[in-house]
Amino acid sequence: MAAAVPAGCWVRTAAALLLACCGAALASGVQDQAEQFFRSGHTNNWAVLVCTSRFWFNYRHVANTLSVYRSVKRLGIPDSHIVLMLADDMACNPRNPKPATVFSHKNMELNVYGDDVEVDYRSYEVTVENFLRVLTGRIPPSTPRSKRLLSDDRSNILIYMTGHGGNGFLKFQDSEEITNVELADAFEQMWQKRRYNELLFIIDTCQGASMYERFYSPNIMALASSQVGEDSLSHQPDLGIGVHLMDRYTFYVLEFLEEIHPASQTNMNDLFQVCPKSLCVSTPGHRTDLFQRDPQNVLITDFFGSVRKVEITTETISLDSDLADFESTLPKDELPTEPLKYAEQLPVAQIIHQKPKQKDWHPPGGFILGLWALIIMVFFKTYGIKHMKHIF
Amino acid sequence: QVLLAVPVAVVFAPGSVPGDLPRPLPFRDVQEMEISVNLRTGVTARYETVYRSTTAQEEAALGAATAREADAALHLLQDASLGSLTVYVVPETSSVLPQGASVYVGKHRSALVRTGGGLAALRARLRQLTQVMSFTASSIASALSDRVPDSQLGPDARRHLKSSLGYEITFSLLNPDPKAHDVDWDIEDAVNRYVQPVLDKLSLVANFSVDSQILYYAVLGVTPRFDKESSSFLLSAHSLPHVINPVEARLGSSAASLYPVLNFLLYVPERSHSPLYIQDKDGAPVSTNAFHSPRWGGIMVYNVEAPASPQASLPLHVDVDMVRVMEVFLAQLRLLFGLSREELPPDFLLESPGNEGLADWELDRLLWAHTVENIATVSTTLTSLAQLLDKIGNIVIKDDVASEVYRAVASAQSAMAELAVGHLHSAFQASKEAVTSSERAFFDPSLLHLLYFPDDQKFAIYIPLFLPMAVPILLSLAKIVRESRQRKKEPTKMD
Repeated sequence: MAAAVPAGCWVRTAAALLLACCGAALASGVQDQAEQFFRSGHTNNWAVLVCTSRFWFNYRHVANTLSVYRSVKRLGIPDSHIVLMLADDMACNPRNPKPATVFSHKNMELNVYGDDVEVDYRSYEVTVENFLRVLTGRIPPSTPRSKRLLSDDRSNILIYMTGHGGNGFLKFQDSEEITNVELADAFEQMWQKRRYNELLFIIDTCQGASMYERFYSPNIMALASSQVGEDSLSHQPDLGIGVHLMDRYTFYVLEFLEEIHPASQTNMNDLFQVCPKSLCVSTPGHRTDLFQRDPQNVLITDFFGSVRKVEITTETISLDSDLADFESTLPKDELPTEPLKYAEQLPVAQIIHQKPKQKDWHPPGGFILGLWALIIMVFFKTYGIKHMKHIF
Repeated sequence: QVLLAVPVAVVFAPGSVPGDLPRPLPFRDVQEMEISVNLRTGVTARYETVYRSTTAQEEAALGAATAREADAALHLLQDASLGSLTVYVVPETSSVLPQGASVYVGKHRSALVRTGGGLAALRARLRQLTQVMSFTASSIASALSDRVPDSQLGPDARRHLKSSLGYEITFSLLNPDPKAHDVDWDIEDAVNRYVQPVLDKLSLVANFSVDSQILYYAVLGVTPRFDKESSSFLLSAHSLPHVINPVEARLGSSAASLYPVLNFLLYVPERSHSPLYIQDKDGAPVSTNAFHSPRWGGIMVYNVEAPASPQASLPLHVDVDMVRVMEVFLAQLRLLFGLSREELPPDFLLESPGNEGLADWELDRLLWAHTVENIATVSTTLTSLAQLLDKIGNIVIKDDVASEVYRAVASAQSAMAELAVGHLHSAFQASKEAVTSSERAFFDPSLLHLLYFPDDQKFAIYIPLFLPMAVPILLSLAKIVRESRQRKKEPTKMD
């Protein structure tokens, strides 16, 4: 008897506890969703998409970049917030059998070039120096607004890079390279000036994981298509065009992004699973230790789309239409303007008649001085020291 | 460590002096309050209060019938500089304050407080009042938001526009259905009459430039739902974030200047989607029919009534009521800047600023926050520039970069000195100059770290070049040294 009653009590209390837990979980779930809305803290989105290789056989790198560009535009980031750098022109390349198109799927299924591509840095303008200038903001004042990254401390930036790379570097235009140390320093410069709120860095090159190894600034999440020592492979050639159309990793990322729409709640963990080794042959990697939020809570649209925070306007001010006077209108009639003359922009007369400027003479310094002193000493040693008296 | 000094004057009308004053009037008092933002950053607020009794003229002004008239009369008597406050204490029996309101905050820099309860209660009221009219701990924390650890800030703190030297305001009229509506808005007149006074008041804070455009066939990205009960179309609150993006691409907001752009859109819905109302989270229609997005701008939906008879000829001519529109847009402008009137205690009576858009003390609030933000930005920028130079030792600093840095430091120091004395105007100007100079120094194109070779790269380049050449030179040098030593050892042989 005594044993049966406690058992009955136990069951009841256990059931009550379970219900309470469920209730609490449900309530916190609803509250979580409400908090989710405010969790990321960014107010605008930027994207910097870079393709670093030229020549026709690197068609796939341009197609990679354009497919990410297309997804990012579809999900809402406007052209004014995208800096697109393409190192070569594939759509109008003389070897392109279908001009004005760049395909990403074989049999020419998907034209990622589209109708309204806005390329900001093209062909020879894609250099390491320009890329670093865009990131750090140290741009000459004459640069147009579309070529600048005008992000602020509440911007989430997506940086996508593709091309040929190696262990610790990425090759630009087959003539120069950017090292992972320089990239990490550039991101640190951005952090110091608070040019980003959170940064997502995706790289699709061989040994891509080496590029994010050296990052040390906070709020950076990085994805790469292959680990150090592995090569990233291309996906499928198109026999009509004659080159490989896409890289595997970006191909599967594009397929994943095609299913995302601006209101979707898919999070970053799904993006990490995108290209398993069976499909990609290389092992994609990611790095989240510098990122403060849990990737579970990071929406794909936090970086790839541009979902704004809005507030309903509940206040108004009251304007008195009678008080407003016309004093401030029409000041134009007051000053008689002089007729404007065309100003000579290049003062040709002055240039032709000017004398060459005297360049200041500086004495040779350091290394050159030492080298010459050495050569003179050796000369006089060889030919005899008594010749030295002719100098002194 | 920044010291913010606020000069406050407390003026007692006859009959309102509390009995328990520590010293006879007039006397001075200083109170300090610490606002600590993180472990290393803190702001000290010093309220330098002068207590005195009214002059005859002020007494006469306080005898006015309503608080508004009293405020206007008092404003003429004061010469309140930017950042200072004057509080007039009126006796309980005074009729200048309406019933039920114990505090009245005027359009300029003065307030009326009804006395009651002795000195402690008065002091508490004063503290509340000075916080409303100058700055609070949270407004300072949000100005310094990049130094505060993320967990402490609420979601509101990151919403306000950052302090900038200028802003560009764009008014756009969106007409998706030109066949049905021929919309005409007299924007130039509205800007001159209503917007320009507000911008003139704000011209102390930054330069503003205004432009406007009309966009045809620009649709919202969301299809509104038809609601049978009210026979109107509704846009729910959670679909609002998706409205902005399709429109933004067509706004052309990145045209000319590098300043932040504030877009104000007026949307006239299509005939087939009229009338269109915005629903808030609870499902109630919003009275202003407008919403705004922090750091971007605002959108208002302007409904056009259906034509009286179905045979009326299309397109309908619509003259937009600019007063209603500008009331909402200017309210949104205030909210974007962070001037909200909703967080005040209930027994405070606020004077509406009228056509100027914002009261003097609200301008002061902006200036306090922006000055603190500017000074913090300058110090962060210069510190990180110094760290960059430490790391890459062989960067060449050009003379003009160096002079910008010196100017930034000098201006920042003068800004902090002015803040400590309470001269808000000159402190703000100095902080603006400091920010301009430090940004110019930091973002100078010549400071790219790529252009300076690290030492290991120098060795890697020059050694293969010079080593083969240097080998015979070094060997002959060694021979010279050896021979001269030998000669020294045998001096007798020279005879």
